[in-house]
Amino acid sequence: MQSERERRFVGPRRGQLLFILSFLMLSAVLLSLIGQQTAWVKKTSFFAQPRFWPAVGVGGMVLFTALHLWRLPFRRIERADLREALRWGAGLEFALWFMGYVMLVPWVGYLPMTMIFVPLLARRMGYRRPRMMAISFGFAVLTVLVFKGLLAVRIPGALLYEYLPDGLRSFAILYL
Amino acid sequence: MDLILSAIEILMRWDVALALLAGSVGGVLIGAIPGVGPAVAIAILLPATFSMDPIVGLTVLLGIYGSSMYGGAIPAILINTPGTAVNALTTYDGYPMTARGEPRRALSLAYSASFFGGIFSVICLILFAPVLAKVAPLFGAREIFLAALLGLLLVVVAHRGQALIAGALACLGIFLNTIGMEPVKYTQRYTFGVDALGSGINLIVVVLGLFAISQAFALLTEEDEKIRVTKLRGGLFQGLRELARHPRVASVSAGFGVVMGMVPGVGEFTAQFMSYTYAQKTSKRPQDFGNGSSEGLIAAEAANNAVPAAAMVPLLALGIPGEALTAMMLSVFYVHNVVPGPGLFQNQMDFVVALYLALLILNVLVLIFLLAATRSLVQVVRIPNRFLGVAILTLSFVGVYSLRNSASDCLIAAGFGLFGFVLKRLHLPAVPIILGMVLGGIMEVKLRAAMARVKTPFDFIDRPVAFVLFTIIILVLVTHLFRIRKEARALKEAEWQIKTSSTRFGSLLLRRRSSFLKEHGRKVRARHATLLRRLTDLF
Repeated sequence: MQSERERRFVGPRRGQLLFILSFLMLSAVLLSLIGQQTAWVKKTSFFAQPRFWPAVGVGGMVLFTALHLWRLPFRRIERADLREALRWGAGLEFALWFMGYVMLVPWVGYLPMTMIFVPLLARRMGYRRPRMMAISFGFAVLTVLVFKGLLAVRIPGALLYEYLPDGLRSFAILYL
Repeated sequence: MDLILSAIEILMRWDVALALLAGSVGGVLIGAIPGVGPAVAIAILLPATFSMDPIVGLTVLLGIYGSSMYGGAIPAILINTPGTAVNALTTYDGYPMTARGEPRRALSLAYSASFFGGIFSVICLILFAPVLAKVAPLFGAREIFLAALLGLLLVVVAHRGQALIAGALACLGIFLNTIGMEPVKYTQRYTFGVDALGSGINLIVVVLGLFAISQAFALLTEEDEKIRVTKLRGGLFQGLRELARHPRVASVSAGFGVVMGMVPGVGEFTAQFMSYTYAQKTSKRPQDFGNGSSEGLIAAEAANNAVPAAAMVPLLALGIPGEALTAMMLSVFYVHNVVPGPGLFQNQMDFVVALYLALLILNVLVLIFLLAATRSLVQVVRIPNRFLGVAILTLSFVGVYSLRNSASDCLIAAGFGLFGFVLKRLHLPAVPIILGMVLGGIMEVKLRAAMARVKTPFDFIDRPVAFVLFTIIILVLVTHLFRIRKEARALKEAEWQIKTSSTRFGSLLLRRRSSFLKEHGRKVRARHATLLRRLTDLF
């Protein structure tokens, strides 16, 4: 049966212990590296030391996470925790999609790559109807036109644009 | 009067007008789509506003901030799903009204209350600005350090039941801010020899990761929901009349919004909670609250809409953002070399008043837009979740990549996206990380400056404002400790109450007797006896 302490816990049970343990481990590793990764400068007051604020940050991470772990009502990693970890892994797939998009934009160009990326990801998410494909295509074009064409955000031209005819090339580099 | 005239002069530009229109309409739309909050929209648009004038960029962002809650009320009332996180309380009374066939009344009440809250807070703050201008210069380095510390502390303490992990995440923010080349002694901090980390981790990259990309991941890994939207008929003006019948609830709630908005780290939730409790306690029909009470709806909406204008106060007057959205806006100031703080109030008061006037105009624009377009606006809640995820991921790219055209920034943002996704799944807050980053940076600079003039620890708080802030910090800590003790006691009591065995003395003796007679009890006693013997042998 669920204990009163578990019932009063804020948030779901699955994955909590796993997350806290990993976060504590990461913080402890960072704390152990503080001597290597930060410097102690002579003839400088304690509060102005370059090491002071990283120590506050990492020290606080270790301290508060350890206290949280101590007060955590769950003490055993269960199957639900592992299933939750797999769910976190599902997010990784989309992180890879995102990074693929980032890597290809400087080669293919912002407009063409977005026109490929959005419908492709929409298709991966299960939208197959021509209407959704058209909407995603339209969304891609609109995004590029608004951000690069209208708001002129800084996204450089691509290698592929070099092969365009002269007049079109400078237009493509500036606006597409 | 001169001040207001010169402020109007700042606003009399076509690009500011366009920004106001885009901010208000965009904000309402973004608010109305469940799954896209103002934080996502502001994070994505932030780099695009860097090329604009500060007043134009800030008007767009402020517009989104101020109007998203109007939009967020629509799905909260019609489909019981809050459009933005702060509209959660609106569902309590808004949806029951829809369920009994009064969606139009609920929406018009929500709009009217929001409008009242927004206008009330802006007028309060315009009247209050001269006082602030007098108080702000009293804040030196140590006062700002203490105020930032207080803000951070309040954010951590505000997460009830999660204060420890919120503290750890705030410390993560402080740590993230220290990564890179340190600007005073020029030493590297936690760069691990990687060049990309040398210039530090950009706040906007973290914000985009934690708010936008993580939201995209969350939407992409979920299923689409089938949504049925109630049809709306008739006009939406009746709410204004109904609001006029509850002037006390509306003004007190808006007042709570203004006060809570000004305190860094507290914000909408506390304001709503306080005004809702107040409205319920003073109502003639407290039993209606949660079942479609008009007063409850007014309290929730008036309080949350009074916050945005008030939240700009600590940002503009002291340069200390109180929550994630104003923290993002701070970077707009930095990009344009406008440093918000006491100086801004002294030298550019017209700019501050112009911002408030922009908010005032914005509220009027939003109300007109909503009264005219709610029926077509309702359709945006039909956008499928996963497609929304695709859209947010695509737009996040613009936000991150246009900053420095760096793929490593995108990698960091994707990493924080995953981290934010995990936090979301576990219902852990991401806001302390952002505030830790921003306030950590402010605290580092201010503490260094302050310590140069401090000889003994008592010097730190020997000025009146510093002393008051210090006392508040101590009070907050003590109150928090008391609350923890009270909760621990309540927990113990509850645990004691649900014990399956009786706690009467007679039953205790009975259990003792059976333990004596059973084989297992004998074994346990024998084990304890050996342990006891070993212990007594020691002496």
